[in-house]
Amino acid sequence: MSNNSKIDLNTLKKLGKLSRIPIEETGSNKLMEDLNKIIGFIEQLNEVDTESVNPLSSVTGHNLPIREDVVNDGNKNNDVLENAPEKKSGYFVVPKVIE
Amino acid sequence: MSNLLQFSICEALSLLEKKEFSTKELVETYINAIEKTKDLNMYLTTCFDQALEQAKVSDQNYLNGNQRFLEGIPLGVKDMFCTKGIETTASSKILKKFIPTYESTVTQNLWKEGAINLGKLSCDEFAMGSSNETAAKGEVINPWNFEEKRTPGGSSGGSAAAVAAKAALAATGTDTGGSIRQPAAFCGVVGLKPTYGRCSRWGIVAFASSLDQAGPITRNVSDAALMLQVMSGYDPKDSTSSNKDVPNFYNDLGKSIKGIKIGIPEEYNSDGISSDILNAKDMTINFLKENGAEIIPVKLPLTKYSLPVYYIVAPAEASSNLARYDGVRYGARIDGNSLDEMYENTRNLGFGDEVKRRIMIGTYVLSSGYYDAYYLKAQKVRRLIKNEFTEIFKQVDYLVTPTTPTTAFKLGSTQDLLTMYLNDVFTVPASLAGIPGISLPIKLDKNKLPVGIQILGKDFDEQGLLNVAKVIETCASFKDTPNGAAS
Amino acid sequence: MTNADQNLNYISGKTGDWEIVIGLEIHAQVLSSSKLFSGASTEFGKDPNHNVSLVDAAMPGMLPVINQTCIKQAIKSGIALNAEINKYSVFDRKNYFYADLPQGYQISQYKYPIVGEGSLKITDANGEDKVIGIERIHLEQDAGKSLHDQHPNKSFIDLNRTGVALMEIVSKPDLSSPEEAASYVKKIRTVLRYIETCDGNMEQGSLRADCNVSVRKPNGDLGTRCEIKNLNSIKFISQAIQYEAERQVEILESGGVIDQETRLFDTSTGETRSMRSKEDAHDYRYFPDPDLLPLELSDSQISEIRSDMPELPDQLVERLISEYGITKYDANVVVEEKEYVHYYENSAKNRDGKLVVNWMTSELFGLLKKNNIQFNQNPISPNYLNELVELIENKTISGKIAKDVFEIMFATSKSPKMIVKEKGLEQVTDDRTIEVFVDQVINENKDKLKEYLSGKDKLFGFFVGQVMKVSQGKANPGLVNQILKSKLK
Repeated sequence: MSNNSKIDLNTLKKLGKLSRIPIEETGSNKLMEDLNKIIGFIEQLNEVDTESVNPLSSVTGHNLPIREDVVNDGNKNNDVLENAPEKKSGYFVVPKVIE
Repeated sequence: MSNLLQFSICEALSLLEKKEFSTKELVETYINAIEKTKDLNMYLTTCFDQALEQAKVSDQNYLNGNQRFLEGIPLGVKDMFCTKGIETTASSKILKKFIPTYESTVTQNLWKEGAINLGKLSCDEFAMGSSNETAAKGEVINPWNFEEKRTPGGSSGGSAAAVAAKAALAATGTDTGGSIRQPAAFCGVVGLKPTYGRCSRWGIVAFASSLDQAGPITRNVSDAALMLQVMSGYDPKDSTSSNKDVPNFYNDLGKSIKGIKIGIPEEYNSDGISSDILNAKDMTINFLKENGAEIIPVKLPLTKYSLPVYYIVAPAEASSNLARYDGVRYGARIDGNSLDEMYENTRNLGFGDEVKRRIMIGTYVLSSGYYDAYYLKAQKVRRLIKNEFTEIFKQVDYLVTPTTPTTAFKLGSTQDLLTMYLNDVFTVPASLAGIPGISLPIKLDKNKLPVGIQILGKDFDEQGLLNVAKVIETCASFKDTPNGAAS
Repeated sequence: MTNADQNLNYISGKTGDWEIVIGLEIHAQVLSSSKLFSGASTEFGKDPNHNVSLVDAAMPGMLPVINQTCIKQAIKSGIALNAEINKYSVFDRKNYFYADLPQGYQISQYKYPIVGEGSLKITDANGEDKVIGIERIHLEQDAGKSLHDQHPNKSFIDLNRTGVALMEIVSKPDLSSPEEAASYVKKIRTVLRYIETCDGNMEQGSLRADCNVSVRKPNGDLGTRCEIKNLNSIKFISQAIQYEAERQVEILESGGVIDQETRLFDTSTGETRSMRSKEDAHDYRYFPDPDLLPLELSDSQISEIRSDMPELPDQLVERLISEYGITKYDANVVVEEKEYVHYYENSAKNRDGKLVVNWMTSELFGLLKKNNIQFNQNPISPNYLNELVELIENKTISGKIAKDVFEIMFATSKSPKMIVKEKGLEQVTDDRTIEVFVDQVINENKDKLKEYLSGKDKLFGFFVGQVMKVSQGKANPGLVNQILKSKLK
C-alpha cells in the first residue's frame, strides 16, 4: 500500500470536472481521504504478477452478436420525450451551449 | 386469510390450480402484508390497482385451465428493473419521477408467465452498497430482530427483506458483487446469481455492465428454480446475453449428489468471521458428506485480490454508465445558467455520496496516465481469477463457502468504507468470474440472525447448483421466521 | 519559377519558405438503413427526435447491438483504400459530456480499429501521382444536433443523427497543400461513392473533415498542430487550411509559439478561431465497452467481401485509358463520378472514345453547367450521344453541324438522327452537287479569283468558307477542299 496520497485537491477537482460533479470546499477533505483509502486498497494488485496476461473485459464466451440492417425502431417521439424535464416543438431543451 | 402468506411459489401454484383460494385472495393478502410491514421501508412504489386487475386475469385463466407458468404469483421488483408506467428510480434522487415507457426483459418474462407485480423494492442507490443505507428514500430494516434496526444487506436489501417479511412471495434482484447473495444471507432467504449472460440485462438500470446479473430471491430453492426458469433466456437486445438452452431447472431438482466433488476453498475465511458462520459451514459439509458427496479442500490464492479488482472494474464501468444521468432527457434536473452548470447542479444533488465516490474512483482509474496501472491491471488480474476458477472446476464440481463474513449488522454501525466493502469479500470472486452462485440459510446465529452458505458452480450449471442447494436445504431444514414478518 | 516547381506548395514568409503538413480525419457517414447500434432509421430530414430509439436516447438499461451492414461497409472501404482489415477489433467508450451525446460517451474504436494501414493515390500540384498514407479507419457513433439559434438562452437538441454509423478515416500527415487536401477529400469521396459505403453528400454532412495543420521549415522538425473541426465542404477545407497555415507562419515569424488547440472555421470570414469552450481537461477515458464484445472476423468473411468488390476508380482509370484510348486527364474526369463512367461507357460503345469523351466533358458538361442542370437530370441519353458521334464518324454531319444538333438534342431530348433528318442536315458528299456549289462561288467572285491566281494563296480559305455557306454548312469540308483545289488551278 502506498503512503502517498494519490489524489490531491487538484486531482480531485479534475475528477470533478470530468465527471460533472462539483467539488465543494466543505467535505472535500473527507472525500479525498476516502478516495485515497480506496486507492491504497486497490493498489494491493501490484503484488500480482501480470506479465504477459491478457486483460479480461468480458466473461462472455460467445462472439459479438450481429443484427440485420433493418429499420424496426424509432418513430416514437412521444416515448423519447415523455420524461424530458424541458422540451419544445419536439426538441429537448437545455441551457444554451457555447462552442 | 393471512395463512396464505406461508405458502411458497410451488405450493401456491398447486393450491391455486386446485382452487383452494383465488389469485385475488392471494394478492389481497400480500397487499395487506405490505401495509403491515410498512415500517420496514421496503417498497418505494406499489401498484396495487394494477396487481388486482392482473389477479382477475389470472383467476380467469385458472378457471379456463389456461394458467401460465407463474400464474397469479405476486412478486416484488427491485427498483433497478425498468417497469413500464411505474416509477423506476434505482433508489436515486436523480431518477425521481422517471416513468419508463418500456419493460425490462426479465420482468416482461415474468409478467408474460402470469406473475403479478406488487411494486418496486428499495435498494442501495444504483445498487452501490452492501447495507441498503445508500437508498435515497432511506434504509430498509431487516425483519429479523427488527427492533434492533439491522441492515437487510445490499444492494437488493428491499428484495431480500420483502421476501423474508412475507411482503412478496418472491422478488427479483440484481447482483454485481454480491447484491443478491449477501442480502439473501442477511435475511434468511435464498438468493441466486445466475451465470453472467443467463438473464438479459436489457431494461435493467446499469451499474457495472460486465458484472451485473439479474436473479431471484425466494423463500426456498425450488422457488428459485421456478423463478430462474422464467427469468432466463436469450435476448437479442442484449449482446452479452447467452443463447445457451435454458434447462428445466425445476423438474430436474432433487437428483442425488452422490459422488459429486465439493471443494472447500481455504481462503474463504477472514479475521472477523464468526464462529457461527464457521459452524454453519461445517454443518453444510456434513450434510454433503451424508449425502455421498466428496469433500475436497482446495486453494484459491487469488481470492484476496478479488475485492481490489472489483473496486476498480465496477466503479470504472459505473462512472461511464452513470454519465447519462445529466438532466437532459429524463429524471431530475437542477437548472443552471449554462449547460455545464446544469449538469453539475443536477449530478451534485441527484447522486448520493457513495455513488459520487465510485464515479470519482472510476474516473480516476480510467484517466490518462492511470489506466494501465489500475484499470488494465485489474482486467489482467480478473483474467487470472477467472482462470483460477476454471482450473479448480477441473478438480471439483462445486465450491461451498460462507456467503458473508458476518451476519446482519446494525444500521449505521459501519462507518468505515473498507470495512463495508469487505462484506462482499466472499461474493465478489464469482461475480468477477461470471460463474453462478446461490446463497441459502442454514441456521440462526447466537443473536438469532440467519447465517447463509454460498455454493458456486461452473458457467451455466445453475441446475447442478440448485440440486446441491436443495440437498443442503432439506438437511438444514431452516424454518424460522423473522419477528418482523407479516402474519 | 525555376526551382519553385517542386516547392509549389510552400508558403513564402518573411524568413523564407514554410512547408505545410496536413493530416485529415474524415468522418464519412456509413450507408445503411438503420443505425450502428439501434434499429432506428438513418433517413435524413425527419422531424426532430423522430428517428430515435430508446437506445439512441440512452434511456436507462438500453443496450447496443451492432449492425451487420455497418461492419461490412467499413471492411469494403478498407479494401478500397488498400488497407489491412483487422480480424480482431474492439468497441470502446469515449467518455465526455455534451448535450447531443445522450450516453455521456461515444462508442468508437480506439486501440483496435476494424481497418488498419492503407493508402490512396491522388494527383499533386504538378499533375503527378502522390500516394497518401491511411493510418486507420474505425467505426463510431455520430452525435446528435444542437440548435443554438432558436432561443436566446436555450439550445434545442435533436437526436435523429445520434448513433448513425460513421467511418473515421484517418490519413497520415502526408498532405502538403490545401489543394492536395482538397484532392484527397475528393478522391476519398469518389471511392466511397463508387463502393457505395457513403453517399458523400457534404451539404447534408455525410462527409466532413477535421484538419490537422502545422507548418515547418522545409524538412525541419514537425511543428505544433492545430485541429480545425468539422469542415463540410471541399472549398472550406482548402480555405481553412490556407488561412490556418498562414496564421501559424505569421505567429512563428513574429517570434510566437503555436498553441496546440482545436479551432473552428468561420465560413463567413474565412478565418479560423479558437473554440470558446476550452476543452482544457479533456481526458476521454477510453475503455472497452462492456455492453459489447470484441468483433472477430473470419478470413472467409473478409474474402467474400473482397471478391464482391466493384471496380475501383484507379482500376477504372487504367481500363478507360487502355480500352478507349483517352488521356489520363480525361479518364480522371470521367471517373470522378460513377454515373459519369456509366454514361461514358454507354455512349462510347463502338465509337471513337476520344471523340466521345470530348463531347461529354466539354460540350455536355458545358451545357449542363450553363443551364444549371444536375448530371442526373441530363436531357441527352448516352444512346443519343453515341448516335451523334456515329453521325460524325460516318460523315453524315460535320463537327460544326453536330454542335447545332447537340444543342437541339439538349433542348428537346430528341434523337440526333431524327433532328438531322427533319432539318435536312445530312452532309453533302456528292461530288457533282459540291461542284455546282463551287462553280457558283467562283462565278460570283471573279475578282477574288483573279487575286488568288495572281498569288494570293490565302484566299483559298475564303473560297472554302463561301462554299460551306452556300451549302448551308452541309458540304463535306474534305471534298470541298479537293474540288476547289482542282478548279482553282
